[in-house]
Amino acid sequence: MRTAATPGTGTQATAADRLQRLLALVPYVVSRNVVGLAETATAFGVSEHQLVDDLNMLWCVELRSPDPYCPIDLSYEGGEIVVSQAESIDRPLRLGVDEASALLVALRMLAEVPSLDDRSALSRTIAKLEEAAGAAGAPSAQVAVQVDDHGAGSVLARLREAAERGRRLHLSYYVPGRDEATERDVDPMRLLVVDGRTYLEGWCLRAEAVRLFRLDRVLALTVLDQPAAVPRHARHRDVDQGLFRPSPGDVEVVLELSPPGRWVAEYYPCQEVTELGDGRLRVSLRTPDIRWVRRLALRLGEDGRVLSPPELAAGVREDAAAALAGYAG
Amino acid sequence: MAMSRRKTERLLSLVVCLLSARRYLTAGQIRDAVPGYPESFDAFKRMFERDKDELRELGIPLETGTNGLDEEPGYRIPRQAYVLPEIRLEPDEAAILGLAARVWRRAELAGAAAGALLKLRAAGIDAEETTQPGIEPRLQTGEPAFGPLWQAVRDGRPVSFGYRAAGRSSSQQRHLEPWGVVNRHGRWYVAGQDTDRGEVRVFRLSRIDGTVAFTGPPGAVKVPAGTDVRQIVITRDIEPEVRRTAVLRVRRGAGFWLRRQATAERPDAEHPGWDLAEVPFSGTGWFSDHIASFGADVVAIEPADLREAVIRRLKGALA
Repeated sequence: MRTAATPGTGTQATAADRLQRLLALVPYVVSRNVVGLAETATAFGVSEHQLVDDLNMLWCVELRSPDPYCPIDLSYEGGEIVVSQAESIDRPLRLGVDEASALLVALRMLAEVPSLDDRSALSRTIAKLEEAAGAAGAPSAQVAVQVDDHGAGSVLARLREAAERGRRLHLSYYVPGRDEATERDVDPMRLLVVDGRTYLEGWCLRAEAVRLFRLDRVLALTVLDQPAAVPRHARHRDVDQGLFRPSPGDVEVVLELSPPGRWVAEYYPCQEVTELGDGRLRVSLRTPDIRWVRRLALRLGEDGRVLSPPELAAGVREDAAAALAGYAG
Repeated sequence: MAMSRRKTERLLSLVVCLLSARRYLTAGQIRDAVPGYPESFDAFKRMFERDKDELRELGIPLETGTNGLDEEPGYRIPRQAYVLPEIRLEPDEAAILGLAARVWRRAELAGAAAGALLKLRAAGIDAEETTQPGIEPRLQTGEPAFGPLWQAVRDGRPVSFGYRAAGRSSSQQRHLEPWGVVNRHGRWYVAGQDTDRGEVRVFRLSRIDGTVAFTGPPGAVKVPAGTDVRQIVITRDIEPEVRRTAVLRVRRGAGFWLRRQATAERPDAEHPGWDLAEVPFSGTGWFSDHIASFGADVVAIEPADLREAVIRRLKGALA
């Protein structure tokens, strides 16, 4: 997995990375007239020491011919940076194709998220960025992200109302692993849109923990008169570490899949995936809900086999036998 | 480190020099003006060639031309082509931009998003990455094929890759003129012209086996005018089978999702504690697997092929 890096940071920063930072640094200061060292270092994701080194390098630029001169003049006395002469690099470089695309694809994805109330700000931002990007923005049209919202529209309207009024919610929520509708009170925290799916993150009073609820599985939603009271110690889920993390109480399940069952490895976060040849796979996954795996095993039929734990394998056979009894006669 | 420092200084001076130039500067003039180039002309030429490539890779528009008919070709960076056009954002727009820049965090284009944000900040925009309007959108690109396929789409290059179609035990080498990448239901797809089959095809990135190879130069792929890659992917995803209606016996208190999709529901007179639900479906394979997953809580009554398929599934799980 790649990590997000600001150009020019880290020990492996190349000359090109640093050049990009230097070319952005001058216009950053020029456009703000005067700006603090500390604030600038934070904006560029570098230490103040590194920033001062950057400023010195800019100040030292010298062209020798036809007559020697120093095109950039600046000072950072008293922790305030002022650029008094910036010559030709007083404006930032144009956006590259990847840069323009990263932002435009993301903005257009946001435009599909049905909950973002300020549509006009979003479309204004897209229009301005498209104009600034010019031709570099064109290839972004070849990337599209579809956000699923089937049935989420009305739910979202009420969610927004609850968030605005700071109210507790009552959810009737479908848990597919158990094929159950569950009833719970939730204090909403925020919405997550991950890979095209929308989730409500909230404090679940039943579980007494932060939980994610997929909006397309919300069967009914009522805004209660009680005010929401998210406990102080409730922490946002770290989206970047993956939405669903195994917890210590989880059971490790090992499945062997034949080629038609390979979708399991694409669909669920597996701890380990091993190719067994001829397209067969062995996968291990961790789950807090063993009933969900029993249902998965029934769904897979001959395309999946539970290798461990053994009592789960026996449970699946029991389930299958019980289900087949319904077809007898 | 010292090497890299000298190189940064040289590249910086080169950019400033070429941006300030009103006329095309010859290689000789550049060597005289920019400190840090070696004395020997050959060594200078080699280093200058590499420097030009580096600048172009950063998207710096380095132009070649002559000032007059008889003159030696020279170089310059036209300011018009270099500068980011004026862009002003209102605070609400800047907040949305900050949100957009977070979308790729840890995914393929994260570095590009950060680079773009840096340039926009340099243009005077205060796009905070921290102020959140209560929503957190993310895109993930766990599939290793995403990077090369985006590059291929961006640069118009044909590609080749091993592909394991659904349910196949081995992968097959495929050749594609890629038109675009699309994320649907959280999965990435690439759509384009399959040159082996002479047809428009859609491939799921997670089923690409091994590396993606470029098989042609940039610009070799021409996307037909009016192509809507998103629509191609959506259309491919729709089951071509006709919609039929299943009759299911569902245990009371179970099968919530099936009941939500049912067009009719009534108590089963012959089986107390059970209901009969009529549920539309298309694609017997997927639907029979789905019904099997309910175990003893749902029994498929009709159509007969659906019923048989569920029984087969359950027998498979029993084995």
